Amino acid sequence: MEIYLDLVSPPCRAVYLFAEALKIPYAFKKVELSAGQQYTEEFGKLSVVRKVPVLKDGSFVLTESTAILQYLVQKCSVADHWFPAELQQRARVDEYLSWQHLNLRSHCSKVFLLRTLYPFVMGSEAPKDKMDAAVEDMKQSLDLLEEKFLQDKPFIVGNKISVADVVAMVEIMQPLGAGVDALDGRPKLTAWRDRVKKELGVKLVDQAHEALLDSSGLQQKMQNNTELQKLKPMFLKYFR
Amino acid sequence: MNLGKSTRSEKFQHFETETSAWLRGECLLKAAVSVRMRPDEPPLSSSVAIMLYLAEKFQTPEHWFPADLRLRSRVNEYLSWQHMAIRMHGSKMYWMRVMIPKIMGIDVPKEKMDGALEDLNASLTLIEENFLQDRPFIVGDQMSLADLVAIVEIMQPLGAGLDVFEGRPKLSAWRDRVQASIGKDLFDEAHQVILGAQDAMKQVDPSKLEPFKPKILRLFF
Repeated sequence: MEIYLDLVSPPCRAVYLFAEALKIPYAFKKVELSAGQQYTEEFGKLSVVRKVPVLKDGSFVLTESTAILQYLVQKCSVADHWFPAELQQRARVDEYLSWQHLNLRSHCSKVFLLRTLYPFVMGSEAPKDKMDAAVEDMKQSLDLLEEKFLQDKPFIVGNKISVADVVAMVEIMQPLGAGVDALDGRPKLTAWRDRVKKELGVKLVDQAHEALLDSSGLQQKMQNNTELQKLKPMFLKYFR
Repeated sequence: MNLGKSTRSEKFQHFETETSAWLRGECLLKAAVSVRMRPDEPPLSSSVAIMLYLAEKFQTPEHWFPADLRLRSRVNEYLSWQHMAIRMHGSKMYWMRVMIPKIMGIDVPKEKMDGALEDLNASLTLIEENFLQDRPFIVGDQMSLADLVAIVEIMQPLGAGLDVFEGRPKLSAWRDRVQASIGKDLFDEAHQVILGAQDAMKQVDPSKLEPFKPKILRLFF
Protein backbone atom coordinates (compact mmCIF):
# COMPACT_ATOMS: atom_id res chain seq x y z
CA MET A 1 0.00 0.00 0.00
CA GLU A 2 1.36 3.43 -0.97
CA ILE A 3 0.14 6.75 0.30
CA TYR A 4 1.06 9.95 -1.54
CA LEU A 5 1.46 12.81 0.91
CA ASP A 6 2.70 16.31 1.51
CA LEU A 7 2.57 17.05 5.23
CA VAL A 8 2.02 20.75 4.61
CA SER A 9 -1.50 19.71 3.62
CA PRO A 10 -3.91 19.11 6.53
CA PRO A 11 -5.78 16.19 4.94
CA CYS A 12 -2.41 14.52 4.35
CA ARG A 13 -1.50 14.96 7.99
CA ALA A 14 -4.79 13.39 9.07
CA VAL A 15 -4.10 10.26 7.01
CA TYR A 16 -0.43 10.19 8.02
CA LEU A 17 -1.17 10.53 11.74
CA PHE A 18 -3.83 7.84 11.62
CA ALA A 19 -1.67 5.37 9.69
CA GLU A 20 1.37 6.00 11.88
CA ALA A 21 -0.49 5.99 15.21
CA LEU A 22 -2.15 2.70 14.35
CA LYS A 23 1.04 1.27 12.89
CA ILE A 24 -0.56 0.51 9.57
CA PRO A 25 2.10 -0.65 7.11
CA TYR A 26 2.40 1.60 4.05
CA ALA A 27 5.01 3.28 1.86
CA PHE A 28 5.21 7.08 2.27
CA LYS A 29 5.40 8.68 -1.16
CA LYS A 30 6.34 12.32 -0.90
CA VAL A 31 4.63 14.85 -3.13
CA GLU A 32 6.06 18.37 -2.97
CA LEU A 33 3.09 20.71 -3.47
CA SER A 34 5.20 23.85 -3.23
CA ALA A 35 7.20 22.52 -6.17
CA GLY A 36 4.01 21.84 -8.13
CA GLN A 37 4.59 18.09 -8.26
CA GLN A 38 0.87 17.42 -8.35
CA TYR A 39 0.85 18.94 -11.83
CA THR A 40 3.39 16.57 -13.36
CA GLU A 41 2.36 14.13 -16.05
CA GLU A 42 3.37 11.26 -13.78
CA PHE A 43 1.10 12.37 -10.98
CA GLY A 44 -1.70 12.94 -13.45
CA LYS A 45 -1.51 9.25 -14.35
CA LEU A 46 -2.08 8.39 -10.71
CA SER A 47 -5.00 10.79 -10.29
CA VAL A 48 -6.51 13.30 -12.69
CA VAL A 49 -7.89 15.25 -9.73
CA ARG A 50 -4.28 16.19 -8.94
CA LYS A 51 -4.68 16.50 -5.20
CA VAL A 52 -3.20 14.83 -2.15
CA PRO A 53 -3.52 12.56 -0.29
CA VAL A 54 -3.84 9.59 -2.64
CA LEU A 55 -3.87 5.96 -1.54
CA LYS A 56 -2.75 3.18 -3.89
CA ASP A 57 -3.46 -0.37 -2.74
CA GLY A 58 -2.44 -2.66 -5.57
CA SER A 59 -4.40 -1.37 -8.55
CA PHE A 60 -6.95 0.40 -6.36
CA VAL A 61 -6.41 4.17 -6.26
CA LEU A 62 -8.41 6.23 -3.78
CA THR A 63 -8.49 10.01 -3.22
CA GLU A 64 -10.13 12.18 -0.52
CA SER A 65 -8.69 11.93 2.99
CA THR A 66 -12.01 11.11 4.66
CA ALA A 67 -12.59 8.24 2.22
CA ILE A 68 -9.01 7.03 2.74
CA LEU A 69 -9.42 7.12 6.52
CA GLN A 70 -12.60 5.05 6.28
CA TYR A 71 -10.89 2.62 3.93
CA LEU A 72 -8.03 2.14 6.39
CA VAL A 73 -10.49 1.72 9.26
CA GLN A 74 -12.35 -1.02 7.44
CA LYS A 75 -9.33 -2.75 5.93
CA CYS A 76 -7.17 -2.74 9.04
CA SER A 77 -9.84 -3.60 11.60
CA VAL A 78 -8.95 -0.84 14.03
CA ALA A 79 -10.55 -0.24 17.43
CA ASP A 80 -14.22 0.65 17.14
CA HIS A 81 -13.98 4.14 18.64
CA TRP A 82 -12.10 5.49 15.60
CA PHE A 83 -15.24 5.06 13.50
CA PRO A 84 -17.95 3.65 15.74
CA ALA A 85 -20.26 0.95 14.43
CA GLU A 86 -23.12 2.23 16.60
CA LEU A 87 -25.48 4.10 14.30
CA GLN A 88 -25.82 7.40 16.12
CA GLN A 89 -22.19 7.74 17.06
CA ARG A 90 -21.24 6.93 13.46
CA ALA A 91 -23.71 9.59 12.32
CA ARG A 92 -21.96 12.19 14.50
CA VAL A 93 -18.64 11.37 12.87
CA ASP A 94 -20.21 11.55 9.39
CA GLU A 95 -21.83 14.82 10.31
CA TYR A 96 -18.53 16.36 11.33
CA LEU A 97 -16.60 14.99 8.34
CA SER A 98 -19.24 16.42 6.02
CA TRP A 99 -19.56 19.85 7.67
CA GLN A 100 -15.86 20.54 7.94
CA HIS A 101 -15.11 20.79 4.19
CA LEU A 102 -16.78 24.13 3.59
CA ASN A 103 -16.36 25.40 7.11
CA LEU A 104 -13.40 24.78 9.39
CA ARG A 105 -11.22 23.33 6.62
CA SER A 106 -12.01 26.02 4.12
CA HIS A 107 -11.57 28.88 6.58
CA CYS A 108 -8.36 27.69 8.22
CA SER A 109 -6.88 26.98 4.80
CA LYS A 110 -7.72 30.45 3.56
CA VAL A 111 -5.88 32.11 6.46
CA PHE A 112 -2.85 29.95 5.69
CA LEU A 113 -2.97 30.51 1.92
CA LEU A 114 -3.43 34.27 2.24
CA ARG A 115 -0.17 34.43 4.12
CA THR A 116 1.85 31.90 2.10
CA LEU A 117 0.44 31.61 -1.43
CA TYR A 118 -1.01 35.08 -1.95
CA PRO A 119 2.37 36.89 -2.01
CA PHE A 120 3.68 34.37 -4.51
CA VAL A 121 0.72 34.73 -6.84
CA MET A 122 -0.15 38.39 -6.43
CA GLY A 123 3.32 39.79 -5.82
CA SER A 124 2.39 41.54 -2.59
CA GLU A 125 1.15 40.85 0.92
CA ALA A 126 -2.54 40.07 1.27
CA PRO A 127 -4.57 43.21 2.05
CA LYS A 128 -5.47 43.57 5.71
CA ASP A 129 -9.22 43.53 5.08
CA LYS A 130 -9.00 40.21 3.24
CA MET A 131 -7.01 38.67 6.07
CA ASP A 132 -9.36 40.11 8.69
CA ALA A 133 -12.37 38.65 6.87
CA ALA A 134 -10.68 35.26 6.65
CA VAL A 135 -9.82 35.29 10.34
CA GLU A 136 -13.40 36.28 11.16
CA ASP A 137 -14.77 33.32 9.16
CA MET A 138 -12.28 31.06 10.90
CA LYS A 139 -13.48 32.31 14.29
CA GLN A 140 -17.06 31.45 13.42
CA SER A 141 -16.07 27.93 12.43
CA LEU A 142 -14.07 27.52 15.62
CA ASP A 143 -17.08 28.69 17.63
CA LEU A 144 -19.17 26.01 15.92
CA LEU A 145 -16.51 23.37 16.54
CA GLU A 146 -16.58 24.27 20.21
CA GLU A 147 -20.29 24.85 20.73
CA LYS A 148 -21.92 22.41 18.35
CA PHE A 149 -19.51 19.54 17.83
CA LEU A 150 -17.41 19.36 20.97
CA GLN A 151 -19.62 20.91 23.66
CA ASP A 152 -18.60 19.47 27.04
CA LYS A 153 -17.32 16.17 25.73
CA PRO A 154 -13.66 15.17 25.77
CA PHE A 155 -13.83 14.32 22.06
CA ILE A 156 -16.27 15.09 19.25
CA VAL A 157 -18.23 11.85 19.55
CA GLY A 158 -17.87 11.39 23.29
CA ASN A 159 -15.32 9.87 25.61
CA LYS A 160 -13.05 8.47 22.97
CA ILE A 161 -11.13 9.85 20.03
CA SER A 162 -12.43 9.21 16.51
CA VAL A 163 -11.28 10.14 13.00
CA ALA A 164 -13.39 13.30 13.35
CA ASP A 165 -11.01 14.63 16.01
CA VAL A 166 -7.94 13.85 13.88
CA VAL A 167 -9.43 15.60 10.86
CA ALA A 168 -10.42 18.61 12.98
CA MET A 169 -7.10 18.92 14.79
CA VAL A 170 -4.92 19.08 11.69
CA GLU A 171 -7.10 21.87 10.29
CA ILE A 172 -6.89 24.06 13.39
CA MET A 173 -3.12 23.71 13.25
CA GLN A 174 -2.93 25.01 9.68
CA PRO A 175 -3.08 28.77 10.45
CA LEU A 176 0.11 28.30 12.51
CA GLY A 177 1.88 28.03 9.17
CA ALA A 178 0.79 31.63 8.71
CA GLY A 179 1.86 32.64 12.21
CA VAL A 180 -1.77 32.70 13.40
CA ASP A 181 -2.67 30.74 16.52
CA ALA A 182 -6.30 29.80 15.98
CA LEU A 183 -6.58 28.53 19.54
CA ASP A 184 -5.39 31.72 21.20
CA GLY A 185 -7.85 32.54 23.97
CA ARG A 186 -9.69 29.26 23.57
CA PRO A 187 -8.84 27.08 26.58
CA LYS A 188 -11.52 24.49 25.84
CA LEU A 189 -10.25 23.82 22.32
CA THR A 190 -6.65 23.94 23.49
CA ALA A 191 -7.40 21.24 26.07
CA TRP A 192 -9.15 19.18 23.39
CA ARG A 193 -6.22 19.60 20.98
CA ASP A 194 -3.83 18.44 23.67
CA ARG A 195 -5.99 15.38 24.35
CA VAL A 196 -5.97 14.52 20.65
CA LYS A 197 -2.19 14.94 20.53
CA LYS A 198 -1.79 12.67 23.51
CA GLU A 199 -3.95 9.93 21.96
CA LEU A 200 -1.99 10.01 18.71
CA GLY A 201 1.39 10.56 20.32
CA VAL A 202 2.72 14.04 21.05
CA LYS A 203 6.06 13.45 19.34
CA LEU A 204 4.35 12.06 16.26
CA VAL A 205 2.02 15.04 15.98
CA ASP A 206 4.87 17.52 16.46
CA GLN A 207 6.95 15.78 13.83
CA ALA A 208 4.01 15.72 11.41
CA HIS A 209 3.70 19.51 11.72
CA GLU A 210 7.36 20.37 11.19
CA ALA A 211 7.01 21.03 7.45
CA LEU A 212 4.02 23.30 8.03
CA LEU A 213 5.90 25.43 10.53
CA ASP A 214 8.82 25.98 8.15
CA SER A 215 6.99 28.69 6.23
CA SER A 216 10.07 30.53 5.00
CA GLY A 217 11.30 27.28 3.52
CA LEU A 218 7.96 27.02 1.70
CA GLN A 219 8.23 30.50 0.25
CA GLN A 220 11.74 29.79 -0.96
CA LYS A 221 10.70 26.56 -2.69
CA MET A 222 7.85 28.29 -4.47
CA GLN A 223 10.00 31.17 -5.70
CA ASN A 224 12.65 28.81 -6.99
CA ASN A 225 10.31 26.64 -8.92
CA THR A 226 9.83 27.60 -12.57
CA GLU A 227 7.05 25.08 -13.12
CA LEU A 228 5.03 26.60 -10.31
CA GLN A 229 5.55 30.07 -11.77
CA LYS A 230 3.69 28.88 -14.88
CA LEU A 231 0.71 27.95 -12.74
CA LYS A 232 0.26 31.43 -11.25
CA PRO A 233 -2.71 32.32 -13.47
CA MET A 234 -4.54 29.30 -12.11
CA PHE A 235 -4.15 30.45 -8.53
CA LEU A 236 -5.14 34.01 -9.37
CA LYS A 237 -8.81 33.12 -9.45
CA TYR A 238 -8.76 31.98 -5.83
CA PHE A 239 -7.53 35.34 -4.64
CA ARG A 240 -9.37 37.77 -6.94
CA MET B 1 -36.42 12.75 -0.25
CA ASN B 2 -38.24 16.00 -0.86
CA LEU B 3 -35.98 18.86 0.07
CA GLY B 4 -37.94 22.04 0.42
CA LYS B 5 -41.27 20.44 1.18
CA SER B 6 -42.91 20.18 4.56
CA THR B 7 -43.16 16.92 6.42
CA ARG B 8 -45.98 14.78 5.21
CA SER B 9 -45.25 11.10 5.29
CA GLU B 10 -45.92 9.34 8.58
CA LYS B 11 -42.92 7.14 7.92
CA PHE B 12 -40.63 10.11 8.41
CA GLN B 13 -42.40 11.62 11.40
CA HIS B 14 -39.17 12.36 13.12
CA PHE B 15 -37.99 14.61 10.33
CA GLU B 16 -38.06 18.27 11.03
CA THR B 17 -38.02 20.17 7.82
CA GLU B 18 -37.37 23.82 7.67
CA THR B 19 -38.76 24.73 4.30
CA SER B 20 -36.83 27.31 2.43
CA ALA B 21 -38.91 30.46 2.63
CA TRP B 22 -36.98 32.47 0.09
CA LEU B 23 -39.85 32.30 -2.33
CA ARG B 24 -41.63 34.57 0.12
CA GLY B 25 -38.49 36.66 0.47
CA GLU B 26 -37.61 35.47 3.93
CA CYS B 27 -34.65 33.80 5.58
CA LEU B 28 -33.02 30.65 4.25
CA LEU B 29 -31.92 30.05 0.72
CA LYS B 30 -31.62 26.34 1.00
CA ALA B 31 -34.06 23.92 2.51
CA ALA B 32 -32.47 22.59 5.66
CA VAL B 33 -33.42 19.11 6.59
CA SER B 34 -32.58 17.82 9.98
CA VAL B 35 -33.23 14.50 11.58
CA ARG B 36 -33.82 14.13 15.25
CA MET B 37 -32.28 10.80 16.22
CA ARG B 38 -33.26 11.09 19.87
CA PRO B 39 -35.50 13.69 21.57
CA ASP B 40 -32.80 14.69 24.04
CA GLU B 41 -30.07 15.14 21.46
CA PRO B 42 -29.42 17.90 18.97
CA PRO B 43 -30.68 17.16 15.47
CA LEU B 44 -28.38 15.57 12.90
CA SER B 45 -27.51 18.06 10.22
CA SER B 46 -25.63 17.65 6.95
CA SER B 47 -27.51 15.97 4.18
CA VAL B 48 -24.73 13.46 3.56
CA ALA B 49 -24.70 12.30 7.18
CA ILE B 50 -28.49 12.13 7.15
CA MET B 51 -28.60 9.93 4.08
CA LEU B 52 -25.98 7.58 5.49
CA TYR B 53 -27.98 7.41 8.73
CA LEU B 54 -31.21 6.65 6.91
CA ALA B 55 -29.60 4.01 4.70
CA GLU B 56 -28.33 2.18 7.75
CA LYS B 57 -31.36 2.68 9.98
CA PHE B 58 -33.93 1.61 7.40
CA GLN B 59 -31.69 -1.10 5.93
CA THR B 60 -32.16 0.21 2.42
CA PRO B 61 -31.12 -1.94 -0.56
CA GLU B 62 -27.39 -2.49 -0.51
CA HIS B 63 -26.57 -0.66 -3.74
CA TRP B 64 -27.25 2.72 -2.10
CA PHE B 65 -24.19 2.29 0.13
CA PRO B 66 -22.43 -0.96 -0.78
CA ALA B 67 -20.82 -3.08 1.88
CA ASP B 68 -17.91 -4.02 -0.40
CA LEU B 69 -14.86 -2.05 0.75
CA ARG B 70 -13.81 -0.70 -2.64
CA LEU B 71 -17.29 0.18 -3.83
CA ARG B 72 -18.09 1.88 -0.53
CA SER B 73 -14.84 3.82 -0.78
CA ARG B 74 -15.86 5.10 -4.20
CA VAL B 75 -19.10 6.41 -2.71
CA ASN B 76 -17.22 8.02 0.18
CA GLU B 77 -14.71 9.49 -2.24
CA TYR B 78 -17.42 11.18 -4.29
CA LEU B 79 -19.38 12.37 -1.26
CA SER B 80 -16.21 14.01 0.05
CA TRP B 81 -14.98 15.54 -3.23
CA GLN B 82 -18.30 17.10 -4.17
CA HIS B 83 -18.45 19.63 -1.30
CA MET B 84 -15.63 21.85 -2.54
CA ALA B 85 -16.33 21.14 -6.16
CA ILE B 86 -19.67 20.68 -7.92
CA ARG B 87 -21.70 21.68 -4.89
CA MET B 88 -19.80 24.92 -4.45
CA HIS B 89 -19.56 25.73 -8.17
CA GLY B 90 -23.17 24.84 -8.97
CA SER B 91 -24.58 26.90 -6.15
CA LYS B 92 -22.27 29.80 -6.98
CA MET B 93 -23.86 29.91 -10.44
CA TYR B 94 -27.23 30.14 -8.81
CA TRP B 95 -26.15 33.05 -6.61
CA MET B 96 -24.50 34.85 -9.48
CA ARG B 97 -27.27 34.48 -12.03
CA VAL B 98 -30.37 34.67 -9.87
CA MET B 99 -29.81 35.95 -6.36
CA ILE B 100 -27.20 38.66 -6.83
CA PRO B 101 -28.94 40.49 -9.71
CA LYS B 102 -32.14 40.39 -7.66
CA ILE B 103 -30.65 41.47 -4.34
CA MET B 104 -27.92 43.85 -5.47
CA GLY B 105 -29.71 45.11 -8.56
CA ILE B 106 -26.61 44.63 -10.70
CA ASP B 107 -25.14 41.92 -12.86
CA VAL B 108 -22.01 40.14 -11.71
CA PRO B 109 -18.97 41.40 -13.66
CA LYS B 110 -18.24 39.27 -16.72
CA GLU B 111 -14.78 38.34 -15.48
CA LYS B 112 -16.16 36.83 -12.29
CA MET B 113 -18.96 35.10 -14.13
CA ASP B 114 -16.52 33.60 -16.63
CA GLY B 115 -14.30 32.39 -13.80
CA ALA B 116 -17.25 30.74 -12.05
CA LEU B 117 -18.36 29.10 -15.28
CA GLU B 118 -14.86 27.79 -15.84
CA ASP B 119 -14.87 26.22 -12.37
CA LEU B 120 -18.29 24.66 -12.95
CA ASN B 121 -17.16 23.18 -16.24
CA ALA B 122 -14.03 21.78 -14.64
CA SER B 123 -16.17 20.05 -12.00
CA LEU B 124 -18.55 18.65 -14.60
CA THR B 125 -15.63 17.36 -16.65
CA LEU B 126 -14.16 15.64 -13.60
CA ILE B 127 -17.50 14.01 -12.89
CA GLU B 128 -17.57 12.63 -16.42
CA GLU B 129 -13.93 11.63 -16.71
CA ASN B 130 -13.00 10.63 -13.20
CA PHE B 131 -16.13 9.62 -11.33
CA LEU B 132 -18.31 8.19 -14.10
CA GLN B 133 -15.81 7.15 -16.74
CA ASP B 134 -17.44 4.33 -18.72
CA ARG B 135 -19.72 3.15 -15.95
CA PRO B 136 -23.48 3.54 -15.98
CA PHE B 137 -23.37 4.96 -12.45
CA ILE B 138 -20.59 6.38 -10.30
CA VAL B 139 -19.86 3.13 -8.49
CA GLY B 140 -20.82 0.66 -11.22
CA ASP B 141 -23.94 -0.92 -12.56
CA GLN B 142 -26.27 0.35 -9.91
CA MET B 143 -27.21 3.73 -8.52
CA SER B 144 -25.79 4.74 -5.13
CA LEU B 145 -25.93 7.71 -2.77
CA ALA B 146 -23.12 9.23 -4.82
CA ASP B 147 -25.35 9.54 -7.90
CA LEU B 148 -28.18 10.93 -5.81
CA VAL B 149 -26.01 13.63 -4.28
CA ALA B 150 -24.43 14.34 -7.66
CA ILE B 151 -27.65 14.78 -9.57
CA VAL B 152 -29.21 17.31 -7.19
CA GLU B 153 -26.10 19.49 -7.26
CA ILE B 154 -25.84 19.30 -11.04
CA MET B 155 -29.50 20.32 -11.36
CA GLN B 156 -28.86 23.44 -9.28
CA PRO B 157 -27.38 25.57 -12.10
CA LEU B 158 -30.36 24.58 -14.23
CA GLY B 159 -32.40 26.60 -11.79
CA ALA B 160 -30.25 29.52 -12.85
CA GLY B 161 -31.07 28.96 -16.49
CA LEU B 162 -27.81 27.27 -17.34
CA ASP B 163 -28.13 24.03 -19.29
CA VAL B 164 -25.17 22.09 -18.00
CA PHE B 165 -26.19 19.04 -19.99
CA GLU B 166 -25.84 20.78 -23.34
CA GLY B 167 -22.86 19.38 -25.20
CA ARG B 168 -22.39 16.68 -22.57
CA PRO B 169 -24.00 13.52 -23.92
CA LYS B 170 -22.34 11.28 -21.34
CA LEU B 171 -23.69 13.35 -18.47
CA SER B 172 -27.13 13.54 -20.11
CA ALA B 173 -27.28 9.78 -20.52
CA TRP B 174 -26.32 9.34 -16.88
CA ARG B 175 -28.97 11.84 -15.82
CA ASP B 176 -31.56 9.86 -17.75
CA ARG B 177 -30.49 6.67 -16.02
CA VAL B 178 -30.64 8.35 -12.61
CA GLN B 179 -34.04 9.79 -13.39
CA ALA B 180 -35.33 6.37 -14.48
CA SER B 181 -33.81 4.75 -11.40
CA ILE B 182 -35.41 7.22 -8.98
CA GLY B 183 -38.64 7.36 -10.91
CA LYS B 184 -39.48 10.28 -13.19
CA ASP B 185 -42.39 11.58 -11.09
CA LEU B 186 -40.39 11.74 -7.87
CA PHE B 187 -37.41 13.23 -9.71
CA ASP B 188 -39.52 15.94 -11.31
CA GLU B 189 -41.34 16.68 -8.08
CA ALA B 190 -38.09 17.09 -6.16
CA HIS B 191 -36.78 19.52 -8.75
CA GLN B 192 -39.94 21.55 -9.16
CA VAL B 193 -38.81 24.29 -6.78
CA ILE B 194 -35.34 24.79 -8.21
CA LEU B 195 -36.47 24.64 -11.83
CA GLY B 196 -39.14 27.22 -11.14
CA ALA B 197 -36.75 29.42 -9.20
CA GLN B 198 -35.97 31.99 -11.85
CA ASP B 199 -39.64 32.66 -12.49
CA ALA B 200 -40.49 32.66 -8.81
CA MET B 201 -37.70 35.11 -8.10
CA LYS B 202 -39.39 37.64 -10.36
CA GLN B 203 -42.23 37.83 -7.85
CA VAL B 204 -40.02 38.40 -4.83
CA ASP B 205 -39.68 41.85 -3.31
CA PRO B 206 -35.91 42.56 -3.29
CA SER B 207 -36.10 44.62 -0.13
CA LYS B 208 -36.92 41.46 1.79
CA LEU B 209 -33.54 40.05 0.78
CA GLU B 210 -31.56 42.99 2.21
CA PRO B 211 -30.01 40.87 5.00
CA PHE B 212 -28.07 38.94 2.35
CA LYS B 213 -26.23 42.00 1.07
CA PRO B 214 -23.28 42.05 3.50
CA LYS B 215 -22.62 38.35 2.98
CA ILE B 216 -22.79 38.73 -0.79
CA LEU B 217 -20.38 41.64 -0.73
CA ARG B 218 -17.94 39.63 1.30
CA LEU B 219 -18.19 36.43 -0.72
CA PHE B 220 -18.53 37.68 -4.25
CA PHE B 221 -17.05 41.17 -4.49
